[in-house]
Amino acid sequence: MTTVDWTRKTAAQMAAALKAGEVTSVELTQAHLDRIAAVDGPVHAFLHLDPEGALETARKVDEDRAAGVELPALAGVPVAVKDVLVTEGLPTTAGSRILEGWIPPYDSTVSANLKAARMPILGKTNMDEFAMGSSTEHSGYGPTHNPWDLDRIPGGSGGGSAAALAAFEAPLAIGSDTGGSIRQPASVTATVGVKPTYGGVSRYGAIALASSLDQLGPCGRTVLDTAMLHEVMGGHDEKDATSLDEPVPACVDAAMQGATKDLTGVKVGVIKELSGSSDDGGEGYQAGVKQRFEESLERLKAMGAEIVEVSCPSFEYALAAYYLILPSEASSNLAKFDSVRFGLRVEKDTVEKTMLATRAEGFGDEAKRRIILGTYALSAGYYDAYYGSAQKVRTLIQRDFAAAFEQADVLVSPTTPTTPFKLGERLDDPLAMYLNDVATIPANLAGIPGMSLPSGLAPEDGLPVGFQILAPAHEDARLYRVGAALEASLTEEWGGALSAQAPELEVAG
Amino acid sequence: MTAARVSYDEAMEDFDPVFGIEVHVELNTKTKMFCGCANEFGAEPNTQVCPVCLGLPGSMPVTNEKAVESAIRLGLALGCSIRESSRFARKNYFYPDLAKDYQISQYDEPTCYEGSLDVVLDDGTVVEIGIERAHMEEDAGKNTHVGGSGGIQGASHSLVDYNRGGVPLVEIVTKPITGMGERTAEVARAYVATIRDIVRALGISDGRMDQGSVRADVNLSLRAKAPAGEDQDAVPFGKRSETKNVNSLRAIERAIHFEAGRQAALLSDGKPVVQETRHWHEDTEETTPGRSKEEAEDYRYFPEPDLLPVEPSREWVEELRGTIPEHPAKQRARLKDEWGFSDLEMRDVVAADAVPVLIATVEAGATPQAARKWWMGELARVANDQGVSLDELSVTPAEVAELQSLVDSGRINDKLARQALQGVLAGEGSPTAVVEARGLEVVSDDSALEKAVDEALAAQPDVLQKIQDGKVQAAGAIVGAVMKATRGQADAGRVREIILQRAGVEG
Amino acid sequence: MSSLERSDVARLAALARIDMTDDDLDRLSGQLSAIVDAVAKVAEVAGTDVPATSHPIPMSNVHRPDEVRPSLPQDRALAAAPEAEDGRFRVPQILGEEA
Ligand SMILES: [Mg+2]
Ligand SMILES: [Zn+2]
Repeated sequence: MTTVDWTRKTAAQMAAALKAGEVTSVELTQAHLDRIAAVDGPVHAFLHLDPEGALETARKVDEDRAAGVELPALAGVPVAVKDVLVTEGLPTTAGSRILEGWIPPYDSTVSANLKAARMPILGKTNMDEFAMGSSTEHSGYGPTHNPWDLDRIPGGSGGGSAAALAAFEAPLAIGSDTGGSIRQPASVTATVGVKPTYGGVSRYGAIALASSLDQLGPCGRTVLDTAMLHEVMGGHDEKDATSLDEPVPACVDAAMQGATKDLTGVKVGVIKELSGSSDDGGEGYQAGVKQRFEESLERLKAMGAEIVEVSCPSFEYALAAYYLILPSEASSNLAKFDSVRFGLRVEKDTVEKTMLATRAEGFGDEAKRRIILGTYALSAGYYDAYYGSAQKVRTLIQRDFAAAFEQADVLVSPTTPTTPFKLGERLDDPLAMYLNDVATIPANLAGIPGMSLPSGLAPEDGLPVGFQILAPAHEDARLYRVGAALEASLTEEWGGALSAQAPELEVAG
Repeated sequence: MTAARVSYDEAMEDFDPVFGIEVHVELNTKTKMFCGCANEFGAEPNTQVCPVCLGLPGSMPVTNEKAVESAIRLGLALGCSIRESSRFARKNYFYPDLAKDYQISQYDEPTCYEGSLDVVLDDGTVVEIGIERAHMEEDAGKNTHVGGSGGIQGASHSLVDYNRGGVPLVEIVTKPITGMGERTAEVARAYVATIRDIVRALGISDGRMDQGSVRADVNLSLRAKAPAGEDQDAVPFGKRSETKNVNSLRAIERAIHFEAGRQAALLSDGKPVVQETRHWHEDTEETTPGRSKEEAEDYRYFPEPDLLPVEPSREWVEELRGTIPEHPAKQRARLKDEWGFSDLEMRDVVAADAVPVLIATVEAGATPQAARKWWMGELARVANDQGVSLDELSVTPAEVAELQSLVDSGRINDKLARQALQGVLAGEGSPTAVVEARGLEVVSDDSALEKAVDEALAAQPDVLQKIQDGKVQAAGAIVGAVMKATRGQADAGRVREIILQRAGVEG
Repeated sequence: MSSLERSDVARLAALARIDMTDDDLDRLSGQLSAIVDAVAKVAEVAGTDVPATSHPIPMSNVHRPDEVRPSLPQDRALAAAPEAEDGRFRVPQILGEEA
């Protein structure tokens, strides 16, 4: 009779235990479904659960394992999927009322990859509507609450996935990152999230927000777990023309190497403009965030890394460029929600009035704001000044990164300037909300990979602080090496993962 | 309300027309432009659709390589330059038949640009038409209007079929064409006919205007005629109308006639021509205004982020250049000489779209005249009866040549050849196989013919007497009887010889 | 300079097919003006000599062979349609704006 709480284990530990026969996938999956039933009421990480489907997958994995069939590394380990990902036969809404009840007739490539990896899919996680937001408050189905403090935001847009990990409702989750939607929620929930190199993971079947910025990625509680999921998700896909035609980076090997805590010869560049240093760009950075960041740099140095400062002057324009490119592409990507082939219809006497009424009712405020902004940025007479200029800023940001990567192997910054703010605090101030993503956005504009991992709790409020690592395009493995080293050093001090320090959630009777 | 108009000729007396044509060519690739759905006309509604061409959330386009190749070949045939790096763009507008509510097209960087095309008019005049661009895009689905008269006006609701959505198109845009005067309508028609001939010769489209495979939008404006001795090109262009979906050669001429007359009447009255989209009505041969321009179009083009630039290598472009067939009009002039056809014969062959099958039949060994006789005669009738084009008949040019060679060798006569052809069309096999299976060969065995002649003479003794009396033409009755007895399989000339021999008369 | 008038927002909302109440227009024109003012600075640094980047990772010529793949059966294609009739998606009347 086991008394092990499997939900507290890492995915790597679960995979090992499954392989060793210490637990079955059905037991693991049921444990997570039970945990969800117990705590998800107040957290609201999930929009939709699929207990039958998850248990069915688990049962077949157990059968195959018993029969001696060779199985993929994460076979039987459950996973939560952000609702941005199209899942055949399972409701998919992207957090929007306009897609309420839509059951897709096809699978995204990443869903198919998860199925091929034999991972039970627990359900679909909450998100800002169409991934537009940094707090998950813009979900059409109500906000997700941060398990560290239920009055606070879990980050966004992937707040559901991050909260599910932090609340031990799932060991692994899928996220999507257009301007930080994987890394920023990871930062404020003390979990790990990676935005791969653009094209490293197929976007086919990910409901598009901004096609040239969107990237799906892995979320976990540890760097190694995240690496394992990254390798399952990634790889070339002929259904996505922008998919990289190259092998998935060796993330797991890199994480293992990093865990030895040897960073000799690794050059770490601190991005001056994003580091919160007082002389430049320091305003808006919380003291505890800066403190944990500085401490983490010391740890890296102690493990042999060389710390250098780099400057990326064009980053000053990144947020502006982002809030032109994203709404422009989004305004076009969201046109298809027109009441004709799927989703909501508010019927009026003509098709045009029906479209007008449907989109008015189906889209939330933030979606409308961005659609209008994008329509404006692309419209005749404004294109060159707005969209065109923003695409040029993108070139400047790429040049800044290229120059910085001449001096350093990876670049680092705090993931977010502050710890999680209170729900509702910035809802009426879109510009303040957008500032959350100031450090994460440049990577999306340049297409490079980035990771956020926990670097401690801010002393002043006891809330999680994230540490961001960026690497050149195609060099995702570097994130895992450096991230695993920092994680190993920190957990040694903490005596375990930071996530274990999260307050106990009240369990539903 | 029917607009006031003057005749085309009157309009041409007072004004100088400027026109431009946009032709959309549907490519005959196996699959659609951006997904693997079959590109076939006439399937059950919404059976050739997938997440991509239905515009389902999350789906993504991937370009059809064959469509790119076809577009480049067409561009080369139109004398265009091929851009080293071209890209796709999104054209954003809401319409129920447009699944994603944007069309993937090309905008500022089309694959083919700056070309020119010689168009040969009926009297042999060659007109050079400037081509501005030829770009790739996807077709929209099809709306069916229910209720009312079946048109969009007065319909109670509409139904959408996306089978055509995503079918690959190449849109060819001319530069403004000036200086054609009263030949404007003729030039416009000849231009579209030439495009149609070229896409067929390239094998990239069936070119069927009746099925919408080639569709034209015609822009026309009028400007005042420059006073004698002054430069017409110094007179600015007038406001133009764009008449959409003019889908037959005749309609192109008629639409230009109508629009020139309508605009001339307005201008003569001192009224302005409104720059607008107009619709062509095949039944009334008129154009009517399209959507109101209160809300100006703003397509918000931007580079399609889901697709990457098209950058054909120099080598590939040159390789494709090697596959460009002869200009159809020049080919026709050459063939007319080579085949020794009269102007009239050649014109009929061209009008019947029989050039390709004639070429193939001649290549298979038939003489040009024999090939023409079959395809323009018996086979044209059958095709007409079946409502199909010549190349859709279930007989190949090689089989026609084989049939003719059976006639030439004397194994069958013309009448038997027609029977054999019916057999081939009925799927009974090759001409030789049909002749053998049906026993259609000319009876060349003299003893059998002599027996038949003797029987016929015995049955009509008076005829034998007449022949012997010198009325040789009376032999015809016996020939007829023998042909009947042999079910047409006798060689009539030989039968006649035998009759004369039997009558003791030398032929 | 770049502030968005209420009438601009109304025009853009019509282009984007989103019905807006007067309240929506008031609120949005204020918020959007602030955002537009903040983002307009991209034009400051975007010189004519800077090329635009539309794809973060430069690639080209990614094509698909012209091979038929299975389509969805009609019932699956229509399954999520708000309304369907005769194997087609049904929409309210379109009126005189045939494209
Ligand atoms: Mg077009
Ligand atoms: Zn398709």
